[in-house]
Amino acid sequence: MSTLHTVNKSPFERSSLQACLGHAQASDSVLLIEDAVMAALSGTAFAAKLADAGQSIKLFVLGPDLKARGLDPAKVVNGITVIDYDGFVDLAAENSTIHSWL
Amino acid sequence: MGEDMEEEYEGGIVKKFMFVNRKAPYGTIYALEVLEMVLISAAFDQDVHIAFLDDGIYQIKKGQDTKELGMKNFSPTYRALEGYDIEKLFVERESLEERGLTEDDLLVPVEVISRAEMGALMAGMDVVLTA
Repeated sequence: MSTLHTVNKSPFERSSLQACLGHAQASDSVLLIEDAVMAALSGTAFAAKLADAGQSIKLFVLGPDLKARGLDPAKVVNGITVIDYDGFVDLAAENSTIHSWL
Repeated sequence: MGEDMEEEYEGGIVKKFMFVNRKAPYGTIYALEVLEMVLISAAFDQDVHIAFLDDGIYQIKKGQDTKELGMKNFSPTYRALEGYDIEKLFVERESLEERGLTEDDLLVPVEVISRAEMGALMAGMDVVLTA
């Protein structure tokens, strides 16, 4: 039993990412999509928090959403995996539950 | 008809407008809607200022590529604003720093100012619209 958590709000604007990371279990996956992809970049005020969360939770970010915002997939925090839409489908299929933190 | 309208605006009052962008593009419609307002205001010969702060600075991040999203990349429009005599673009330094970005990451020439300076600038406007 594992959960895929998706977060789609900017961490600078909403607390969804913080809430998600605070509740996700060790075997869970967290996928950053839409306006949450900003959290994945190194050099932001959230980078340390993400790197820390990545120690116990599997972290992913959706590449197409990074590219749309002009953010370089090569510059994501260490430990975050960049995936495409096919990877999103795989994650959805691999996990028994999907929890969308709107 | 067209001429009458033009005369009316030429003799009209020019106000200091500021459009304040605080949201990232694509996730919501706010950024595009503000850009529409800016373009409309250009037709009325107003004194237009555009501010980018908080997540709004992502609107003018270089290298946006929306192909895989199937959405229109409207970022080149910011570069076209100069052609409408809209050249007063301001970016808040603290917002850049919080996001690990610098002036070099932006696709248009801007004036980078502090949060305190931004506050003072807003205070001097006649109309401020924020989204």
